[in-house]
Amino acid sequence: MDQISSPMDERTVRGLRLGETVFLSGEIVTARDAAHVRALSAADGPKELNGATLFHCGPIMTIEKEGRKVIAAGPTTSARMNGTAADMIRRYGIRAVIGKGGMSSTVLDAMRETGCVYLAAVGGTAVSLAERIINVNGVLWPDLGPAEAAWILEAENFGPLTVAMDAAGNSMYDNVKRTVDRTRPYS
Amino acid sequence: MRYTVMIKVPEPLEDVIVNLLRLANTKLPEDVGWALEAAAAWETNETAYAQLGGMMENVRKAEFKGVPMCQDTGIPVFYVTGRMDASVEDGIRKGLRKATDTIPLRPNTVHPLTRLNSGDNLGDGMPLIRYVPTDDDLEITVLPKGAGAENMSRTAMLDPADGIDGIKKFVTDAVLDAGGRLCPPTVVGVGIGGTADSCTSMAKEALLRPLDHVNPAADERALEDELFMTLNSCGLGPMGLGGNTTVLRVHVRTAYCHTASLPVAVNLNCWAARRATVRIKRDGTAEYRQ
Ligand code: SF4
Repeated sequence: MDQISSPMDERTVRGLRLGETVFLSGEIVTARDAAHVRALSAADGPKELNGATLFHCGPIMTIEKEGRKVIAAGPTTSARMNGTAADMIRRYGIRAVIGKGGMSSTVLDAMRETGCVYLAAVGGTAVSLAERIINVNGVLWPDLGPAEAAWILEAENFGPLTVAMDAAGNSMYDNVKRTVDRTRPYS
Repeated sequence: MRYTVMIKVPEPLEDVIVNLLRLANTKLPEDVGWALEAAAAWETNETAYAQLGGMMENVRKAEFKGVPMCQDTGIPVFYVTGRMDASVEDGIRKGLRKATDTIPLRPNTVHPLTRLNSGDNLGDGMPLIRYVPTDDDLEITVLPKGAGAENMSRTAMLDPADGIDGIKKFVTDAVLDAGGRLCPPTVVGVGIGGTADSCTSMAKEALLRPLDHVNPAADERALEDELFMTLNSCGLGPMGLGGNTTVLRVHVRTAYCHTASLPVAVNLNCWAARRATVRIKRDGTAEYRQ
């Protein structure tokens, strides 16, 4: 099991193997449907996104004395961002996307071109993952509401994350789909 | 004995609803936990085993800390039976608003056209409350339904000639096409018969049954068992990353239908198959169970 630090460089990203389990430390930025639309329509986008690790997540946050705290933060369905993710990866040079369920072949192509991986978090494990977020560094577009805003988070040993789509154009989801289609019953 | 808690001091309904939502969101029903453990014991795929382990660890942490196990606390669907009046709806709405603030729950409810968030999980038609008046104590069940699972729902009006094979294909395709977009292993609710709307409701109501509940109708049970075995042999696995565990259980409900129709609906629940029930006795005692 490998430790990786975020933001990542292209070499680290291209060195990650399909199926490998990693734990990530460093900065991650949450982004889901609305944040993707904002990031792509902004004339000069926020610099925090350059080379960032994106996390498809709409967390539950509370306000405590010491500031904002993440209570629960599991991955949301990545496929909803299929339409915007490829542009996002190309424009901001995103190096890693954390989510669940995988993404389309268009996104996989963009990942291979620019050097980006898809890391699958265990869906629904919002408490375990929130425990690994040690600080809230900031927020972009707070007007979108806590679930849709882009939270800039500091993570430590965030995971386990499975390298489910690598930067060489391989996808565990495609492999599983081939197995499933071979055994698909009643057809 | 299932998890039960009695609270003897009568509380306003709004606080009972807060307790109910807290129980449902922070503690996984025992039968679901057992199903996850059983799945892990049979899992031979390493990635799949790690996913199931992560889920079980998360369940323990959520219960211990008293926080929602998943950030998507969903849209709560309420099922109300017993003696009731208009104050029940009022209590549920107030309770949901309070729970959103205090537990806290994620504010999930938006207007469908403007997409503006109401901030308190309320809105026209939200939360959904289903009433069945009976001459018994008031009983309220909540089913928090996350979008990942709800978005994979399917309803179809099959041709009667499609028959049982058509139903099986429809159900397995719904689960397999959903892939890892929700959080498998899933609980599969299937409604067969009735009308377009009632079969969809039946599919969701099927999710209220505990996973170890044995369906007394032999023909439905046979269909449940076959679909369970078939789906778990397809290799989709936890989170769609491969493995032997794609579903935790299949629950079927049926109703008579028009001779020219065959309505079928599938409603899925993720592994975080949350639910909780409270029974309010005449003396105001509340009995919570899962
Ligand atoms: S599918 Fe269920 S477990 Fe997964 S994120 Fe949605 S609500 Fe949570």
